[in-house]
Amino acid sequence: MPAPDVHARLKGVTRIYGAGTSGTKLHALGPIDLDLERGEFFSVVGPSGCGKSTLLDVLAGLAVPTDGEVEFEGKAIRGVPDGVGVVFQEDASFAWLTVRDNVAFGLRRAGVDAAEIARRVDYAIGFMGLRDFANAYPSQLSGGMRQRVCIARTLVLQPRLILLDEPFGALDQQTRLLMGDELLRLWRETRATVLLITHALDEAAMLSDRVGVMSARPGIFIDFVATGWPRERDSRIVSDAHFGTITARLWEKLRAESLKSIGSAP
Amino acid sequence: MRKFGDFVLLLVVLLALWQGLHMIAGDTTLTSPADTFAKLGSLMRTEQFWANAAETGQAFALAVVISIIGGVGIGTLLGLNRTSGTVSEPILISLYSLPKVTLYPLVLLCFGLGMSAKVAFGAMHGLIPVALFTMKAIMHIKPVYLRTARALRLSPGQVAATIALPAVLPEVMAGARLGFSLSLLGVLIGEMFASKRGLGFMINSAMGLGDIATIMAVAVFLSVFAIAANALLLLIDRAIPR
Amino acid sequence: MTREGWIRLVIVAAAIAALEALCRTGIIHRTVLLAPSEMVVSLWHIFQVGELNSDIVSTLRNVLLSAAIASVLGFAIGAVIHALPRVRHAVEPLLASYYAIPTFMFYPIFIVVFGVGAQAIIAIAVLLSIVAMITATLTGLDRIPPVLRKTARVFRMSPAKRAVMVDLPAAAPYLFTGVKLTFAYSLIGVIASEFILSGAGIGYAIAYAYNNFNNPRMYGLMLLVIIVAVAANTALDAVDRRLQARLRR
Repeated sequence: MPAPDVHARLKGVTRIYGAGTSGTKLHALGPIDLDLERGEFFSVVGPSGCGKSTLLDVLAGLAVPTDGEVEFEGKAIRGVPDGVGVVFQEDASFAWLTVRDNVAFGLRRAGVDAAEIARRVDYAIGFMGLRDFANAYPSQLSGGMRQRVCIARTLVLQPRLILLDEPFGALDQQTRLLMGDELLRLWRETRATVLLITHALDEAAMLSDRVGVMSARPGIFIDFVATGWPRERDSRIVSDAHFGTITARLWEKLRAESLKSIGSAP
Repeated sequence: MRKFGDFVLLLVVLLALWQGLHMIAGDTTLTSPADTFAKLGSLMRTEQFWANAAETGQAFALAVVISIIGGVGIGTLLGLNRTSGTVSEPILISLYSLPKVTLYPLVLLCFGLGMSAKVAFGAMHGLIPVALFTMKAIMHIKPVYLRTARALRLSPGQVAATIALPAVLPEVMAGARLGFSLSLLGVLIGEMFASKRGLGFMINSAMGLGDIATIMAVAVFLSVFAIAANALLLLIDRAIPR
Repeated sequence: MTREGWIRLVIVAAAIAALEALCRTGIIHRTVLLAPSEMVVSLWHIFQVGELNSDIVSTLRNVLLSAAIASVLGFAIGAVIHALPRVRHAVEPLLASYYAIPTFMFYPIFIVVFGVGAQAIIAIAVLLSIVAMITATLTGLDRIPPVLRKTARVFRMSPAKRAVMVDLPAAAPYLFTGVKLTFAYSLIGVIASEFILSGAGIGYAIAYAYNNFNNPRMYGLMLLVIIVAVAANTALDAVDRRLQARLRR
């Protein structure tokens, strides 16, 4: 069995808010140990407040861990590394730019030449099904469309690691399922490593190669569930019996933690 | 088309009301619309009128520039830090609702009579709303925009120019429109009691002579200017996508 | 008091102290500005002597009258406009540009119509503040959630009852913001009118003191206006915020 190609690694990572001050401290996360294999689709589920978003922030270089190491492609990270793309939960599309300008935004700031920008933007817009809306403004689009714009904006930068923080949280269930399929298509096309934060167990179960279950705060990983799905999968695997098994196992671990986080005894 | 028709209808109604009031109150109290426009026409043919208009216009232009540059500057500085923003807001609001006319003697004592006092009056009125709106706009920039900026590894200059500026533009425009109107008000009030030149002074001296026609003619001139300018600014405002 | 409240207090106190120091050391000359402490003394003196009491009362009475008239009239007009959509569409652009017009230039007209006196002042103050109330009324009536109106129909309430028991309380926060603005504009309107031309009132007294180089009296009165404005604004604001909190569902 070939040694797993570790793309990103968190070792002993903790994040304590207020550390180093005399005020109250909040132990938000960790200690976390996580090895992300190159090209895998990894989801993180956990109860509210367990530190899932903090984990993503640390991995993206948006937050500095209080303890532990963060490595991307073998090197310790400082700030946001090149090759990492982030999609946030809230709508981050710029209201004053058209869809096309939104998608081109990152490339323009990075000084990529115009012809290359046009090529990549056209591709991404087509890929994300935004061609009919290329000249529209975000205010004219639905929530789902706006998230596609944000994903397209990340896509054009050709990230090798894509981090998504509950990107479909604001969408209705049916749109979520379809967006999940889009995400899988994206993952296959780009061959990127994907880390998805979600509170929806079914989403994690159907989309991922592996699911990490986090405990209540301070969040640590209490289980890793390998799904074993084939690469060419989509939302129709919900009808597979194995889907139920995975979801059941996730909930078994998660239920106790969720009750803890809302303050009831398990 | 119907909307335009309604608007014209409204104007006709207002003119009719005006005419009605004139007929009740008499010539010495309120000139008729026809007489007012005739007076305005004749005034606009005199050099003196335009000299006064230029005087007012000059002071107004300066006051607006100071209000906007100063207001945006102060608003930005105060808004960048959450605490300074929260602390400053009630203070700015109090200054806004203060009858600034009470500070006029102070301004006169500092600047003397003349152009600089007028500009100071105008700027006093216009600066605060611009600062207030700018400050709030900066404080209200969607946090996810700033996180996106970090995720895209933008430099501070890039964040300011390509994200912060367009994000705050709508609200700053609203403040600028208000500052524009209030600056005009400030300059006119300044002219009304502390100047020997300008449209405000024209109104005041006409009042002393009981020359109602002139008062109303100048008032109509100013109103049309103010409404037209405001409409223009609104058009610009509407063109900003948000 | 919140942390921000304390910081604010310190800043204001520091500013006053700095002003005091600048005045006392003569960097700011006496003929330009009096030290804050001297202003307070002068104001106290004004109250003690009582010579200006009628002016002060006259101004406050005019402000309250204008604010009351503008609030009630503004609400009535706003409610009527709200009920007539076609009128509203025609009138709304004018309402939006109203505050672009320097209303003060109509003051001489009012002087000629009403003569120099309280009526002209109240008229101008009402003219200045009424549109704020009309706009606030329109917004308030707009913002009544349709579900509340539907509930009223389910309970089979008559229009009058619905207006009093549902519309008014639901729109109250916006209406009160209108009242707050009306009061502020009335204060500005009254004082400014008295200042420009009048025979009575605080504004007039300030102008008179200025023309007679009576700096102590002038600054004492200016301090009075500032105190009244800030106090009224703070009080109304506190009530406004309580009402606004109700809006946050």
